[in-house]
Amino acid sequence: MRACKKYFSFFRLRFNMGLQYRMAAVSGAFTQILWGFMECLAFLAFRQADPAAYPMTVSATVSYVWLREAFFSAFRTWQTDGEVFDSIMDGGIAYELCRPVSVYNMWFVKTVAGRISVATLRSIPLLAVACLLPKPFRLSPPAGPVPFMLFVLTLFLGLGVTVAFCMFTYILAFFTISPQGLRMMFTSMVDFLSGAIIPLPFMPDGVRTFLELLPFAGMFNLPLRIYSGDLTGASMLRGIGLQCFWLVTLLLAGKALCRAAEHKVVVQGG
Amino acid sequence: MITMEHVCKSYRVAKRNAGMIEACKALFRRKVEIIHALSDVSFTIGDGEMVGYIGPNGAGKSSTIKILSGILTPESGSCLVDGRIPWKDRKEHVRQIGVVFGQRSQLWWDVPVIDSFELLKDIYSISPAVYRHNMEELTELLHLQELLRMPTRQLSLGQRMRCEIAASLLHSPKILFLDEPTIGLDAVSKLAVREFILRLNQTHKTTVILTTHDMQDIEALTKRIILIGRGRVLMDGTLEDMRVLAAVHDNDNAAAAQPEQTEESLERIVAALYQQLHIV
Repeated sequence: MRACKKYFSFFRLRFNMGLQYRMAAVSGAFTQILWGFMECLAFLAFRQADPAAYPMTVSATVSYVWLREAFFSAFRTWQTDGEVFDSIMDGGIAYELCRPVSVYNMWFVKTVAGRISVATLRSIPLLAVACLLPKPFRLSPPAGPVPFMLFVLTLFLGLGVTVAFCMFTYILAFFTISPQGLRMMFTSMVDFLSGAIIPLPFMPDGVRTFLELLPFAGMFNLPLRIYSGDLTGASMLRGIGLQCFWLVTLLLAGKALCRAAEHKVVVQGG
Repeated sequence: MITMEHVCKSYRVAKRNAGMIEACKALFRRKVEIIHALSDVSFTIGDGEMVGYIGPNGAGKSSTIKILSGILTPESGSCLVDGRIPWKDRKEHVRQIGVVFGQRSQLWWDVPVIDSFELLKDIYSISPAVYRHNMEELTELLHLQELLRMPTRQLSLGQRMRCEIAASLLHSPKILFLDEPTIGLDAVSKLAVREFILRLNQTHKTTVILTTHDMQDIEALTKRIILIGRGRVLMDGTLEDMRVLAAVHDNDNAAAAQPEQTEESLERIVAALYQQLHIV
């Protein structure tokens, strides 16, 4: 119980810190509204070109776009916590290692908190605008109360998967001088594989089946498709199962790697 | 009780000459040199002692502090702090110690200092009564009243260092490691920090290990000095011992032999000693 309190305090402080960057939230939300609008136009153009080949309903695609934009700051992998990298790079980690806490858990909680706070600030104006837009650009309500609850559940699980994955980029920074290269490689890979660039249903069948088995499908592809009712029944349950499996696997592997790294750590600079 | 016996620690450093061609060569083949930061360091420090740990830049001072605080793992040798091996029982060990790294900050940059303190309270599971008591004491002695509600980024270095020291003491540690706590501080802040450390050692019997380049810190605070150079302990004794050592090594240097208490003579003695021991 006491252990949880520590990490909850980290969460609270990081969350509160994130809430104070108001201008960043306003400008971010504005950019994303324009971006989301543009994307909706692009998908509508696809559909007009060949309605038969279009794999999702229009309202499901539009919801996917808006929800992704709303929770974008929680799920983007390239927006990793700069503080964590800085502390590894400049040796500030020295202080974190002399606290009676697990470094992995602390970073995990900090990153989750940072993401949730930014996403909270941004998603409210964004969702408000998306609900007021004229059809077909309007965000539709969820497919039902059960899909909505599952959406919320898988959204949090998906955030867990995303952060557990990002933890690897943090830990690998222990072993390289600069994390930039790895970060770029990982993030562009994840952007594509998770369906951030184009939703996974748009991928060719063989590729799609394969991608759905990877952890990246459990990041936001799953919750967003559950919301609009694009994914239901057995395939939805299978998706949730895979998501849980990857969350646990990534957490355990990350923790093991972190323990190994801690003993090899070289605190840089004086 | 702190004991270090035959501790060795080395780092791998990739070296290359200047220039484009050399940089390209290094892409394929890196020359790695092993730098021995600590070779065979041994000492014992008793409870309630205040020890100055000095040596030129790169002598191994910070590495020693990092090993003692459980951050670094040495290659060989043994180290016990109150019966614990710092890097093995890291979490238990760090509850008992406080660390201040003068060149880093442990306070959260964009939030008021008090938020960082409240976080430390939860991290160390400090009971409300102890926390209140320590806060009152530290606030009064380090004059933090006005600073606590300010964001860390807007504090001056001297103000921040006072907060850093307070942050390291909230959990009433038995041992305090200070790694260059007075670096970059003005005269007033230096005096305030010294006075506080002295008082802490006297009233709470906290063991203090202090690294610094400021010989006045040493003079004001510590009776015992450990001199380290090139990763080895070169002297373990008093300030007087150090003067004698400097005089022995350099009979011509009259200034070193005279026990003048001025700041300059002290600096000179140390500089001469470093040069004579070939550790600069």
